[in-house]
Amino acid sequence: MPENLFKMNAKEYILPGSRSCQGCGLSLAYRFALKALRENTIVTLPASCLCVLHGLYPNTSVNIPCLNCTFASTAASASGIVAGLNALNKTDTTVVAFAGDGGSFDMGIQSLSGAAERGTDFIYVSYDNEGYMNTGTQRSSATPLGALTSTTPVLTKQQHKKDFLKIMEAHDLPYAATTSPSYPIDLYEKFVKAKRIKGTRFIHIHVPCPPGWSYPTKDTVRIGRLAVETGIVVLFEVENGKLRFTGRSRTLAEKGNKLPIITYIERQGRFKKMSIEQLSQFQKWVDSRWNEFLRRAAN
Amino acid sequence: MKSQDKSVSAMADPAVGEAGKTGDWRDLKPVIDYGKCIPSVKNRPACYLCWLYCPEGVVKAGIRVEIDLTYCKGCGVCAEECPSKAISMVREEKGHE
Amino acid sequence: MSDVQIITGNQAAAMAARLCNVQVVAAYPITPQSQLAEILSQYVESGSLRAEYVRVESEHSAMTVCISASTVGARVFTATSANGLLYMHEQLHWAAGSRLPIVMCVVNRGVGAPWSIFNDQQDSLSQRDTGWIQIHCRDNQEIMDSVIQAYRIAEQVYAPIMVCYDGFVLSHTMMPVHIPGANPVRSFLPPYKPHTILSPENPKNINPVLLPNPRMSAEGILCDGYMEMRYKLQKAMEDSREVIMKTSREFADAFGRDNGGMLWEYRTDDAEVILSAMGSVAAEAMAAVDQLRAEGIGAGVVGIRVFRPFPKEDVARAFRKAKAIILFEKSISYGYEGGLSSELKAAFYRTDIHAPVHDYIVGIGGRDVKARELVEAVKSSVEAIRTGTPEKHTSWLNCITE
Repeated sequence: MPENLFKMNAKEYILPGSRSCQGCGLSLAYRFALKALRENTIVTLPASCLCVLHGLYPNTSVNIPCLNCTFASTAASASGIVAGLNALNKTDTTVVAFAGDGGSFDMGIQSLSGAAERGTDFIYVSYDNEGYMNTGTQRSSATPLGALTSTTPVLTKQQHKKDFLKIMEAHDLPYAATTSPSYPIDLYEKFVKAKRIKGTRFIHIHVPCPPGWSYPTKDTVRIGRLAVETGIVVLFEVENGKLRFTGRSRTLAEKGNKLPIITYIERQGRFKKMSIEQLSQFQKWVDSRWNEFLRRAAN
Repeated sequence: MKSQDKSVSAMADPAVGEAGKTGDWRDLKPVIDYGKCIPSVKNRPACYLCWLYCPEGVVKAGIRVEIDLTYCKGCGVCAEECPSKAISMVREEKGHE
Repeated sequence: MSDVQIITGNQAAAMAARLCNVQVVAAYPITPQSQLAEILSQYVESGSLRAEYVRVESEHSAMTVCISASTVGARVFTATSANGLLYMHEQLHWAAGSRLPIVMCVVNRGVGAPWSIFNDQQDSLSQRDTGWIQIHCRDNQEIMDSVIQAYRIAEQVYAPIMVCYDGFVLSHTMMPVHIPGANPVRSFLPPYKPHTILSPENPKNINPVLLPNPRMSAEGILCDGYMEMRYKLQKAMEDSREVIMKTSREFADAFGRDNGGMLWEYRTDDAEVILSAMGSVAAEAMAAVDQLRAEGIGAGVVGIRVFRPFPKEDVARAFRKAKAIILFEKSISYGYEGGLSSELKAAFYRTDIHAPVHDYIVGIGGRDVKARELVEAVKSSVEAIRTGTPEKHTSWLNCITE
């Protein structure tokens, strides 16, 4: 383990004293994403938790150039940066869009699909804390079945999480992956790999959120880990259509002993109103999805 | 009133402590028992899971491991993840700096 | 050496963008602007314009691409109409607040609901509060000339500019246009020097959240609150008048054509009745004035070229001697009156101008506006004023209103 840590870029691009919450999963993920991306990067991001982490004028916590944009427009903002840099013959800078689940798959989906369909040469990162957390934990299409949010405060979310991977795969991407801050080395390596590939690269990060999911801040890494151990979150990459498990998910796929989802569910206050029926549906959904991953990885 | 800000539009510069001294946010602070901390025990670089998992990046992976208490928010992830249980989360004194 | 070609308004706009060596073009189709985007794609794909051409998936994204490409330092261009302009509305605010020298052609068309593909100016009127400079073109020559001037103005003032021209009436109508040479235009437009820094060499966070009050930077400088930053936009807009006037004069020197700065005047020297409008209706008003003069009515036209910043001091001078002011507007601020009417009256406040202002709403949704209709409207207004009813409620010309 220490060898992998020492091979990593030791530089920190998030300066101490940022505005993110205690125990923020996004903060941990962003730390390692930026280590992998390094200095020659331009980030663009919408109003979001990450925008808050970047800070209020006239100071910023992040030592990487960043362009703020409106909520629907992140991928288009990145498209414009790429076009502008190309026009000025500055083509070696990595352009990275960083939006949340809402900014990617609710309001942001049109510009994301457009940029991906055009084969825009950038990395699109969707950090998924499963709700509109910045505005106070409202429901998004990424919220899992049975979760309480501030706009599903009594009956819980009625639909399964929208399948981001399927939507992005329809765009013929050279690279797509899911990562988690509970597995920072896997995350770091995927960003390093993505940086070297041309075309639209899509990276999804499953980001635990203490206030949004109702768990103690100390458990951020544990919760993220349980998501993977139960198969709810699958660590994988798809390169030119070929799917491969990575890290802990690969071990689980080989050994076949993923945990029942209740071990993940029971630790989070947002699931306290989940019905037995919903729990059963959720387990079925996870199992069916896991099996599909197994089938694809086997081919 | 004359503006000191000559900028045409809003461009912010990188700075430490954008949200202030975030150590003030803590109720609990991490305390390291160097008798259990693996790098200290082995007297060489090892483990460093606290450094790895700190969301704020305020853990210095040295011998000894040091945590920047000016900015540590006291989330407790380091204590939770430490494999030798070398870190305890201890209640802050009233009116701490 | 310039040459004259007989071209449509869309062709003139596309040629102008090419002459200005735009570097990034964002393109999305909407009638009656689509041909402009198509012609530019011809130029780019055949190599006569070296630019990144981004075939975006919506107008909102078209303006977004312009914003971020301009931030990086590229000269950008896009065009739209009606609902496309409305769709990018939040981005118009964003572009202005970002202080970017974006130039966009708005090919004026009526907005839904219900649908119209034909011309009126409701689209651009409804964007007057966004912080964009707004220029209205009388004919295709003005389209060519105004796009070129727009880059010179925008890149000095650091504010975006919409060059508006009437859909179908100008966009699809062929007129003789002097095409400036590439080298004179290149000399007229120095390279764009962005004030924005989006570069790994000097990391900055551009357009983050600003709080209500000024706030200390880490270096101990008291930096702007949101209100100061927004005041700077207003100040830039107010100061742009001088740049617009100067650019007009410099263009006249370089290319031999003066389209007026903030406004232009036709036969107003001894005019008792002044007609006023924006865009192609103002050109129609010139024909109406010739007819009125032939009938012995001392009429003239003040064509409003720049609607934002509003030419407050210029109109106070131009309308000074009028005994009657007759406006013809292709838009209306619903629930009140035509935009030009309210703004003129506000500009006359506490001046010596007390002439009655009659506001005619014309040509909504592409209804044709003929010079003889303007003549009849002027004569009826003049008669009403003469017989003791100077006040007139806003009327809709050539429209069934009972």
